[in-house]
Amino acid sequence: MIFLTRRATFSASHYYWNPAWTEEKNQQVFGRCANRNGHGHNYTLEVTVAGEIDPVTGFVVDLKWLRDIIEREVLASWDHRNLNLDVPEFVASESNATIPTTENLAIAAWKRLGPAVAAAGGAQLSRIRVYETPEIFAEFRGVS
Amino acid sequence: MIASFGRHYTISASHRLHSEAISAEENRVTYGKCNNPNGHGHNYVLEVLVGGTVNPETGMVIDMTSLDEVVRTKVIDRFDHANLNLDAVFQDRVPTTENLCRAVFALLKDALPAGKLEHVRIEETENNFFECDAA
Repeated sequence: MIFLTRRATFSASHYYWNPAWTEEKNQQVFGRCANRNGHGHNYTLEVTVAGEIDPVTGFVVDLKWLRDIIEREVLASWDHRNLNLDVPEFVASESNATIPTTENLAIAAWKRLGPAVAAAGGAQLSRIRVYETPEIFAEFRGVS
Repeated sequence: MIASFGRHYTISASHRLHSEAISAEENRVTYGKCNNPNGHGHNYVLEVLVGGTVNPETGMVIDMTSLDEVVRTKVIDRFDHANLNLDAVFQDRVPTTENLCRAVFALLKDALPAGKLEHVRIEETENNFFECDAA
């Protein structure tokens, strides 16, 4: 089994807010991230797939193909967007209070990429890392 | 959902790799430049990965401020701008980055909620790093 990772970057804005809480509690838990006018990051997305090496090509997957999947499934929806307002996973409603934390971004990216990677055959999604800054990241490995 | 949260910190410290168990010549052969009697230093990059259930109310695995506080009080205050050879944990072992990684893992594991710490990775330079897992 070989693990192959591709990086991509996207820039987006967000804020953290739990509508079930008071303003005071949101401020207390989320601090500056609760500013409802939002703020932004240059995120780095790391997508790791696992599989066997194709004896003909020497590839686990074609990196151009992986780049295109990431572009289509994630970047097209997330790059230069407001995560709270533009991205369905994080638009608050009565049935959805998923806050666009880095942890939840990693899970959402997995859900978007997992089926596309699996459908192509040959490799499985192994790990997603989302860096909010070079010093802060979240990781999801598909464990519910 | 189980996810992990990671954070980088930096530690600037000096050390000298020298083992009392072998001769001066063997130390020079084994550790090379790192055996310089007067020591040398690095800007270490510490990566701490904690894992667990994503709290459905906060969307977080851990409160970053509380993680920062643990890392600062247990690791950074102790090792940053210090001579590693003089620290209590290195009185019976050489302050290689392997041993620093194990020491940091043990300090953080004891201070964080049980089962939270997954992984510690320390880069000694941009070109070498060492990792320690919960297993």
